[in-house]
Amino acid sequence: MDGLAWLSCYLTTGKHIGFYWSFGTVLLLLAITAPTALLFGYGGASAARSRVAPIRWFGKTYMAIVRGVPDIAFFLFFVIALDQGIEYLRHVTLCPDWGQSVRQGNDFVVCTAAKMPLGNAPQWLHEVYGAGLAVLTFAIVFGAFAANVLFGAMRAVPRAQLETAEAYGMTRRQVTRRVLVPQMWVYALPGLSNLWMVLIKATPLLFLLGVEDIVYWARELGGTKTARFTDYPHGDWRVYYFAFLLVFYLAFTKVSEVVLSRVMARLTRGQATSGGEAQRKAA
Amino acid sequence: MSCWQTVTDYAFRSLGYGERLLPRTDFTLCQQFTLIGSGMIWNIYFGIIALGCGFVLATALALGKASTVKALRKPSEWFIFLFRGSPLFIQFFFAYFLFQSLSSQYPFFSGFTSAWLGALVVLFFNTSAYSAEIFFGALQSIPKGDTEAADAYGLSGWTRFRRVIWPTMLRLAWPAYTNEAIFLFHATTLVFFSGFPAIQQRGDALYYASYFADKTFNPFVPYPILAGYFIILTLCIIGLFGWFNGRLNRHLPSDRRTRVRYRPQVLR
Repeated sequence: MDGLAWLSCYLTTGKHIGFYWSFGTVLLLLAITAPTALLFGYGGASAARSRVAPIRWFGKTYMAIVRGVPDIAFFLFFVIALDQGIEYLRHVTLCPDWGQSVRQGNDFVVCTAAKMPLGNAPQWLHEVYGAGLAVLTFAIVFGAFAANVLFGAMRAVPRAQLETAEAYGMTRRQVTRRVLVPQMWVYALPGLSNLWMVLIKATPLLFLLGVEDIVYWARELGGTKTARFTDYPHGDWRVYYFAFLLVFYLAFTKVSEVVLSRVMARLTRGQATSGGEAQRKAA
Repeated sequence: MSCWQTVTDYAFRSLGYGERLLPRTDFTLCQQFTLIGSGMIWNIYFGIIALGCGFVLATALALGKASTVKALRKPSEWFIFLFRGSPLFIQFFFAYFLFQSLSSQYPFFSGFTSAWLGALVVLFFNTSAYSAEIFFGALQSIPKGDTEAADAYGLSGWTRFRRVIWPTMLRLAWPAYTNEAIFLFHATTLVFFSGFPAIQQRGDALYYASYFADKTFNPFVPYPILAGYFIILTLCIIGLFGWFNGRLNRHLPSDRRTRVRYRPQVLR
């Protein structure tokens, strides 16, 4: 076999199917991360608006924490820190009579029962746990940015609207739920769609967090095993595999751009903004 | 071993001078501060050169994108889309493997497979694309009165650009450009985590920070040190760019000046 027939055969081998599935993994993680980050963001923004000072400080600190420091440092930091934090909490609750310190020199030692996941757990549990940590890390970091966007959007809702609601005798909670939250989305959407683009472009970093994603497979399948011998019937093809990833991301960005601009057009219809005005004039 | 001894051993380790072996046991705070600081040299090097060269290319690209000539507009649009639409991380990988396969045929490219040149080129193109989009936006929002005034004075061509359009474009774009600069410095930490290898363990600040985190299994020391260095760097950039922003705006009444506000746009 040679030429196209060989190539089409080769590109459908078991390992390549794994590669294609990893695209699904990335999309799945993205689908989980985005709402989680939005939830964190909403929590952060609400905390930053709280009337209780310590909660407000916490919210503002959370929003400020990702500023000024490269995000990738946070990714690398949180994955270990979360892992150790969870194991430490389990260690304290499960083995209260453990005499030694958790940090011994350059080691982090917890009792066997506190290991997460347990040492005898099946392989898939380890993978799911790793992916879960990665998603949580992403949600924490991007939640801070979403909090920034939502905080700005909440402040952009005209003050008169909230005052009217208060004049009707609504409590603070009711004002938030019935007036503030429904109105803030129009103001938040440009920022959130920007964040979505950024989130898409951050997915290759999952590779650094140990998830077997598309970058992992592209490196594996494209490369040669050792300098002289290779498992694969080709030389160093990584450049083609990465070119494919580049095209994938460009297409994904383009599609998102088109969809988001449609959503924005739908949301601005009839709004008293300059965008809405432009639509009226065009019609 | 005194701390000063450590500093003289490792201060330029990232460039290959001083002690050859990295510390393996008994990591002191002093070692972590020195080595991570030593790695910052690379971050600053990548950032300054890419930003400096990128500024020129970005201006050209922005003008190209705003041009009415299709032959100029289309390539600029594609360049900007290519580098803004894909992750920088993938760009690094792709560029590394591209340069590698090119260098096996043309020896000219052999320098590009090492980070100091190859990654620099990627960062240069990347920041050019992002800055070009900022400059393009600023070009589009130059007040009509400014260009009309230039026409009324009989300015045209290069003089018109040099005296009216360019300064106004810079003035409008500067706050966003400041963020781009901060953000570029943050992006330099990706270099040694993508395809480009750190030869003889000469890496950037994050490379050493993760080295220490791996060895001590304690992320709570090296990463805050790295964060501290980057916060200082960010403050320096804000100070420098803020000063220049003041210069760009000095002819305006004080209430119409645009202020530099720090709004990070996260990763690319």
